[in-house]
Amino acid sequence: MTTSEKLLTVEGLGVDFPTEDGVVHAVRGVSFELDRGEVLGIVGESGSGKSVSSSAIMGLLPKTAKVSGSIAFKGTEIVGLKGRALEKIRGNDIAMIFQDPMTSLNPVYTVGWQLAEAYRAHHAVPKKTAWEKAVASLEQVGIPQPDRRAKQYPHEFSGGMRQRAMIAMAIINDPELIIADEPTTALDVTVQAQVLETLLEIRNLTGAAIMMITHDLGVVAGMVDRVQVMYGGTVVESGQVNTVFESPRMPYTVGLLGSIPHAGLIGQRLTPIKGAPPSLMNLPPGCAFSPRCPLVTDDCTTAEPELLRVGVDGHSARCIRWEHLAQHPEPKKLFAHSEIGTVENPAELAAADPSLPVAEDLAAVEARIAAEEEKTP
Amino acid sequence: MANPQITETPAAGAASSSYEFGTGARKQWQTVLRRFMRHRLAMASLVILVLLTLGAVFGGAFWKYDITYTGGSSFASPSAEHPLGTSQIGKDMLALIFQGTQYSLLIALVVAFMATIIGVTLGAVAGFLRGAVDTFVMRLVDLFLIVPQLALVAIAVHAFPASWYTVAIVLGLFSWMQVARINRGQTLSLAEREFIEAAKALGASNSRIIFKHILPNLTGIITVNATLAVATAVLSEAALSFIGLGVKPPDTSLGLIIIENYSQFQDRPWLFYAPFVVIVLISLTINFIGDGLRDAFDPRQTKVRA
Amino acid sequence: MFAPELAPTKEDNVVRYILRRLLVSIPILGIGSFLAYLMVASAGDPLSGLRGRPGTTEADIQNLALELGLDKPILSRYWDWLTSFLSGDWGTSIALGQARADVFDRVTTAFGTTFKLVLGAEVLAVTLGIAVGVLAAVRQYSIFDYLATSTAFVMFSMPVFCVAIVVKTYGIQFNDVLTGLGMRRWLTTAGPPVGGFKGDVLEQFRLYTGTFLLPTIALGAISFAAYSRFQRASMLETLSSDYVRTAHAKGLRPARVIFRHAFRNALIPVTTLAALNIGAVFSGAIITERVFGWNGMGNLLVSAVQQFDPPMLMGWLMITAILVVVFNLVADILYGILDPRIRLG
Repeated sequence: MTTSEKLLTVEGLGVDFPTEDGVVHAVRGVSFELDRGEVLGIVGESGSGKSVSSSAIMGLLPKTAKVSGSIAFKGTEIVGLKGRALEKIRGNDIAMIFQDPMTSLNPVYTVGWQLAEAYRAHHAVPKKTAWEKAVASLEQVGIPQPDRRAKQYPHEFSGGMRQRAMIAMAIINDPELIIADEPTTALDVTVQAQVLETLLEIRNLTGAAIMMITHDLGVVAGMVDRVQVMYGGTVVESGQVNTVFESPRMPYTVGLLGSIPHAGLIGQRLTPIKGAPPSLMNLPPGCAFSPRCPLVTDDCTTAEPELLRVGVDGHSARCIRWEHLAQHPEPKKLFAHSEIGTVENPAELAAADPSLPVAEDLAAVEARIAAEEEKTP
Repeated sequence: MANPQITETPAAGAASSSYEFGTGARKQWQTVLRRFMRHRLAMASLVILVLLTLGAVFGGAFWKYDITYTGGSSFASPSAEHPLGTSQIGKDMLALIFQGTQYSLLIALVVAFMATIIGVTLGAVAGFLRGAVDTFVMRLVDLFLIVPQLALVAIAVHAFPASWYTVAIVLGLFSWMQVARINRGQTLSLAEREFIEAAKALGASNSRIIFKHILPNLTGIITVNATLAVATAVLSEAALSFIGLGVKPPDTSLGLIIIENYSQFQDRPWLFYAPFVVIVLISLTINFIGDGLRDAFDPRQTKVRA
Repeated sequence: MFAPELAPTKEDNVVRYILRRLLVSIPILGIGSFLAYLMVASAGDPLSGLRGRPGTTEADIQNLALELGLDKPILSRYWDWLTSFLSGDWGTSIALGQARADVFDRVTTAFGTTFKLVLGAEVLAVTLGIAVGVLAAVRQYSIFDYLATSTAFVMFSMPVFCVAIVVKTYGIQFNDVLTGLGMRRWLTTAGPPVGGFKGDVLEQFRLYTGTFLLPTIALGAISFAAYSRFQRASMLETLSSDYVRTAHAKGLRPARVIFRHAFRNALIPVTTLAALNIGAVFSGAIITERVFGWNGMGNLLVSAVQQFDPPMLMGWLMITAILVVVFNLVADILYGILDPRIRLG
């Protein structure tokens, strides 16, 4: 094995679910690579295929799922892997942290027992050793009084504590890849930050690569190296996180960025994307985003675009109009226009509904944004 | 629209899920009906049950013998004259079965109706009002379940003149507990939902909330359990009549026909199998219909099959 | 929730929990007994049998009425009954044409017979039901699953007595086959032997199994169907739960995931159900006994209702009520043991 070999190489991954009503194309043609120690963010709305992709890597999809393409972990093909060979990788080389810590731990066993079980699944050690390892692992993720806590049941833990316990379980076998599937979604905001902090510390400590699956761009911005935006079951944009955030080359990414409230938007309206994500059973012709896209042209609906190289460091986007987007003076306004329609004057806005938070003059806001943008790079 | 810029998107999802029965009531019923029709076993069961019922009613009306006829010879074998033979005292077995099926179904319907009315009312009220009312209703359920239903009904029926409807009413009075429990549980979780909170915030009265918001959302559960209650009632009545404490002559029921003839099982099996098959068919088809209804109302369960 | 440091030990909690549940049960039994007394008092006339009997004098009727306290108001009659019931005097039967049997003796003897049958059938039904349910869930939509499902549907659409009649008939035919082969009859279809099981160990075993086998199968069959369906449903639920997914993600062997994680959790509801279902099984036993001609609680109930024997009926109702209450308690305790989430104390 050479050091240049990628930790994980996913190529042309597709996942279909046959149902009574038709085939759901949950994941289509997803390809990406992951280096050792790298933190990759996978972002998208629910139903964009991000969780299904990660389950495919773990081999956790239901039996009815039809998986195509290739997932190579350190050169070992995972697609089609079964039995002991798959079990040896799961939890040992690749560990997973799930969304809901409330239901992801077994309610009838103590936390320590469950951690020790994870260790003993891959190490032939006496129970006592595994228990000590479990306590140590709990300590590693910052759980106070770990030896007492290990003897408690999951229901005696708070949400944040449980997610830490899940992280402790994930790192107990020193995996090379940790998949975190919306690890903070079910938690309180303050606890979210702590859990993310813990994850980052773990990465620094163990050097494991992390695949962070989330719909929360805020989570991605703070901790990942590279980001990959998914829509309609496929990757629509990927690149270094700063590049993607600062110069998105896919209108969907622009819309996604415009949908998060943050301090820089005070006085401005959020610009949500109109419409709903496409049905994975019945995708629109051409680009999956075309029905919601403000830049849509006839060409967009004839064929699904390739993932095009749009910048440095592997920045790529699945959009034939990316150059148009790149030249657009204010891409963020694209969705604002489509949303507000003809009403552009803040005075008019205020007149239409006095309760709307349009306190500032639009020009002043724009000037402020411009000033901020100048400062940041 | 006063606010051209307000989009519908964020609110639409929440509204449609909370007001399933409010705005789209007709659509909901259409979906349920469509899903039910797709359930082949349930549809086949429905057809069989309807045919069975019609057969019992019209067969009883047009068959040349009725249950007062005793002119046949004792234990005659099946023949063109008596397709299912005759009983010990020379009654025509087919006429008995027509009549017995009618009574069994009638009793079961009365029982299921009473169990549903009492159970749903008590369950919904207990689940919605909670507190002392809830405690009282639940203790009442405990009380009614503390002794086997069969024994309670056997004793209570003794207080009334023997006829099919006293058996039905007494059985009904002792059959509502499960329905009450299920509806209470469902109401408890419904009461937590936002649209009930909203109705409360708007100042709706308790009775209005129960009738306009809770009960419509219980429709699925009520329908399914009422159906299953019919199947249970058929069996309860049969059991009661079998130990000789239920329906008594001159009325008859399938259970009674079986007890009168099962001693002949080895020599004249048809005397046992004819009423037995009818009972099992009734109960089985109703169970399948209930199952189909459950799937139709709660597609969550069928999704697993995908 | 209490602070963990202040929490008493687990055993402490279980004991307190049981005591608390017991305290809740006592008023229920009390109120239940009163309502039962009212029902029995208004459901029939205990003197009617005597009245219709040739050679009965008015004095005989008066004596019985006096003995039953029919001249007193219902409340004081109930009080008299309750105090003597609690002191162990359950009254005497007033059934005609027999010796005036002591209710306590009669009821406890009959109860013993029936309880053995009920317990056997429950053990059989629970064990088989769980096994079949788990297998059907693990192999969902397999031929086994369809077979188990359809069998279960047919079973619980069948009246208990029909199952009993069919089982009994085939039992008789099986005996005929045995005698045809020159062997002794094994299966008994007419109740336990008079005078108990006698003979050497082997002979006793033969008699015992021969007596209990058919009624136990007949009674257990329907509960088995219900338990297997229930177990299948709860097993399917746990199999698709998040913690089972976690267990798979740990890299555990599938068998371990199924048994240590899914099955361990799916066991909780079915255990509770089985304990709570004892009343229904008892109802079934009443009927099964009638078919097999056992002299247990079934016969006792039927004769006590037909001859309208209030003391006997009260004894019957009370002992079954106590059984149900005890099993409700067992359900709670099992639940507490199996599920650490239950709030004790």
